[in-house]
Amino acid sequence: MSQAAGASFSRLASIAGPSHVLEDPSLLAPYAIDGVVPSSAVRPGTAVEAAEIVKLAAVEKLSLVPSGSRTKLAMGMPPQKYDMALDLSRLDRIVAYDPGDLTLSVEAGATLAGIGAALAAHGQFLPLAVPFQKSASIGGTLASGVDSPLRQFYGTARDFVLGMEFITGDGTIAKSGGRVVKNVTGYDLHKLMLGSMGTLGVMTQIHFRTFPLPRSPRAFVASFERPENAWQMRQAIAESPLRPLTLDILLPGVPKLFASSAASRRVDEPYDAQTLASAGWSVTVGFAGSDKVLDRYAAELNRLAEQAGAASAATLSEDRVPGAFGRKREFIPIVLDASPATVILKLSTLPSRMNDVLANAGNLLAAEGVHWAAIARGAGVGYLALLPNDRTEATGVKLAKLANQILETTAAAEGNATILWCPSEWKSWMKIWGADRADFEQMKKLKAFFDPGGVFSPGRFVGGV
Amino acid sequence: MRCNRPLNSRLINELQKLLGADAVLYRSEDLLLYEYDGSVEVARPNCVVFPKSMEDVVGIVRLANRFETPLVGRGAGTGLSGGALARKGGIQVVFSKMNRILEVDAANQRARVQPGVVNSDLSAAVASLGLHFAPDPSSQKACTIGGNVSENSGGPHTLAYGVTANHVLALKAVLPSGEIVSLGSGALDPPGYDLTGLFVGSEGTFALVTEVSVKLIRLPETVKTLLAIYDAVDDATETVVEITARGITPAACEMLDGWTLRAVEDYVHAGFPTDGAAVLLIEVDGLREVAEAAAKDVVDVCHLHNAREVRVARDAAERDLLWKGRKNAFGAIGRICTTYYVQDGVIPRTKLPATLRRIAEIGLKNGFQIGNIFHAGDGNLHPIILFDARDESQFRRTVATADEIIAFCIEMGGSITGEHGVGMEKDRLMPLLFTESDLRLMSGVRDIFNPRGLLNPGKIFPSGKGCGEIHVNPIPVAGAIPA
Repeated sequence: MSQAAGASFSRLASIAGPSHVLEDPSLLAPYAIDGVVPSSAVRPGTAVEAAEIVKLAAVEKLSLVPSGSRTKLAMGMPPQKYDMALDLSRLDRIVAYDPGDLTLSVEAGATLAGIGAALAAHGQFLPLAVPFQKSASIGGTLASGVDSPLRQFYGTARDFVLGMEFITGDGTIAKSGGRVVKNVTGYDLHKLMLGSMGTLGVMTQIHFRTFPLPRSPRAFVASFERPENAWQMRQAIAESPLRPLTLDILLPGVPKLFASSAASRRVDEPYDAQTLASAGWSVTVGFAGSDKVLDRYAAELNRLAEQAGAASAATLSEDRVPGAFGRKREFIPIVLDASPATVILKLSTLPSRMNDVLANAGNLLAAEGVHWAAIARGAGVGYLALLPNDRTEATGVKLAKLANQILETTAAAEGNATILWCPSEWKSWMKIWGADRADFEQMKKLKAFFDPGGVFSPGRFVGGV
Repeated sequence: MRCNRPLNSRLINELQKLLGADAVLYRSEDLLLYEYDGSVEVARPNCVVFPKSMEDVVGIVRLANRFETPLVGRGAGTGLSGGALARKGGIQVVFSKMNRILEVDAANQRARVQPGVVNSDLSAAVASLGLHFAPDPSSQKACTIGGNVSENSGGPHTLAYGVTANHVLALKAVLPSGEIVSLGSGALDPPGYDLTGLFVGSEGTFALVTEVSVKLIRLPETVKTLLAIYDAVDDATETVVEITARGITPAACEMLDGWTLRAVEDYVHAGFPTDGAAVLLIEVDGLREVAEAAAKDVVDVCHLHNAREVRVARDAAERDLLWKGRKNAFGAIGRICTTYYVQDGVIPRTKLPATLRRIAEIGLKNGFQIGNIFHAGDGNLHPIILFDARDESQFRRTVATADEIIAFCIEMGGSITGEHGVGMEKDRLMPLLFTESDLRLMSGVRDIFNPRGLLNPGKIFPSGKGCGEIHVNPIPVAGAIPA
């Protein structure tokens, strides 16, 4: 335990209460990031307490990493310095929910499950079908920038976060945006917090626009022997009048993973092996609406699938929809369970180039005998999981080389590529945040302004920010 | 920095050398037009320049630095908050000659454009591909994409399709230091802080935008446009509340009150009833089956709330006429009264009935005719206060009346501007929403990109003491065209 952190115990206890300051190593283990354990963890009960803790950290030159349910701490680079875990799980209140206005304000530690239940009581929801749905907090979801199959229709959090309250590096509580659905008053500082891995500020309260729950969600699956035909169907849907809720292409091998017992541990909803064809590329499309709308979707999708040369195509029976959707949502935890050393790459390109990027990656991996699985959103975001059989150093070196090569080819295709997940001990070999960015100088200036003392998650993000 | 000091003639010479003599205006009669935008603000630049390329912009910025002269970007000058006015004088950079659509990628539904491209020109250019650029401010036939980016513009159809920020993927821009920055990417989810999201809506205070990459949206298969006519304003506002509460998301939901209706009908002959107390102009779109069902639901709700009549546009011509009425409303009002003050407050939608009642009371109390024509579906009000520009004291009372309305919006949990921007018009209202430390943080972010304050000075943040800018148009101006 560092002396500085030890010295601050009584101060932390006076802010959050002694029972909310953890120093026992066994209690601190769950806060470890890539094997780095903090000296203490503190659980503020209010935003004001959280701000006091940040202020204390700034004065004592301590570094902290904010967290919620700790489902995605493995993302990003390990913190260069990690004195304290700022556990926001007690900040879990729904501060305001006005179903008639379709607006919601929640504290950052609130869980997606809790929020979902509160909204469902009024027939509404947040379209954040992100991984770790059962336990993830809203703050961690936003800070990590994980996406959702529903982005096809609803976009990402950036499109429906209305405003935010957050703490800056000197412990000031600040806000931007507001609680109304349309607002251009002041700079949208809250957008900076999304996907920033807790390096710019600590979100304490977030204002959202909510949406009516889709009526009668359904899913359509078409399977193709060749990937170009699957992408042809994606393009045909984009050029049709259909506006599906989800549109994803599952690459070969994914249906088998979805049918595994590991997958059923991650997703409660039932699933059987007949849901998706076991071979080929599966285009899965989610849609919803009245019977008339459902019929129209089924007819149009069948026609488009046939035109694109589908080997099989069908609308899933109603009871199979939640199981299939849940597995698309939980792709990341499912592949994490599928190997002792899963490496997950996130690749985004223009939709028209995604097939080439994935095909190149697939060839590269096949040549080296590496198992892999991948899912691609129709919007042009792919998740490629490398699934080695062991976690040896030799494997790590090999996979790092392959992963970095894939990052390069994706960047060359004007895409963005990062390594979302990999074993801690391999991280130093991987370009976790991908190629150097043109706007990095501006990023650094923002970091220096919001967090001049380097209190928040130092080194976790792009370029060591 | 001194305000509005005469420009160094050497600077004019240098600008002419850089851009050509015809791309630099500096005679006072040539500058007159550039004193105005669509707001009631006035501020005269010392010169106006017309860059043709990013290199030109860099050159202009470097000269501004060398001569320590303020700079402000401008598109078509349709803004409604003085965002593109040269509040401290200096060089106004007008982007009308950087108006090329650089690339349309239909397969990926993206376009790359220069900032001076007119909003509706982009949609027109991609219409044959079945696509459009969704943000549609009422000034869309004149306003530019660069201006839309600066102001994060909205429009009637942002109710379903989102504002400009939801449609911009990447930007190229010149910082006030002369440095070129490239933010965001055509591919989704670029890692790093969302600088694109931060720059969109920064009201031209961070950088001069020189290139914009946008998303293009597929045109809907079916569009149904309905006009619901009411004998009481409350019935119209209650209809909006219930449409929202039922989870129906129209593509647009606009309201015009009785007084506005008559003004518009006199001018546009859109077929609006002149004896109604209010109308709702509601559009639903999407897949045929979706739009038809939504239209039916909307009609039901309208009747439930005592709509006297609900008309459905039978064809594109009828629909266009209804929209022409809406989008030209401010021109229509300009015929009646040459000067008016438009507010842009936002309220939670459930508070619409109470707010409209309050606006009427405020008008009555202060002796002003206040018209209402606004984006009811997202609670974005545009109360219009008519006043006589020759009467200074009346103008002061107009502003006081508008402030009273804004204070009520904030009391209802709302905001001071939904789409027009803060600019030089609402800067003094910012403390109503943000604490001193919030504002310090925001202005600190501005200073990161604009450390010397050369770019668009005197905007957004309350300054206390300005340059004694004139608040009343010295001559009558034609009606502005708010979104």
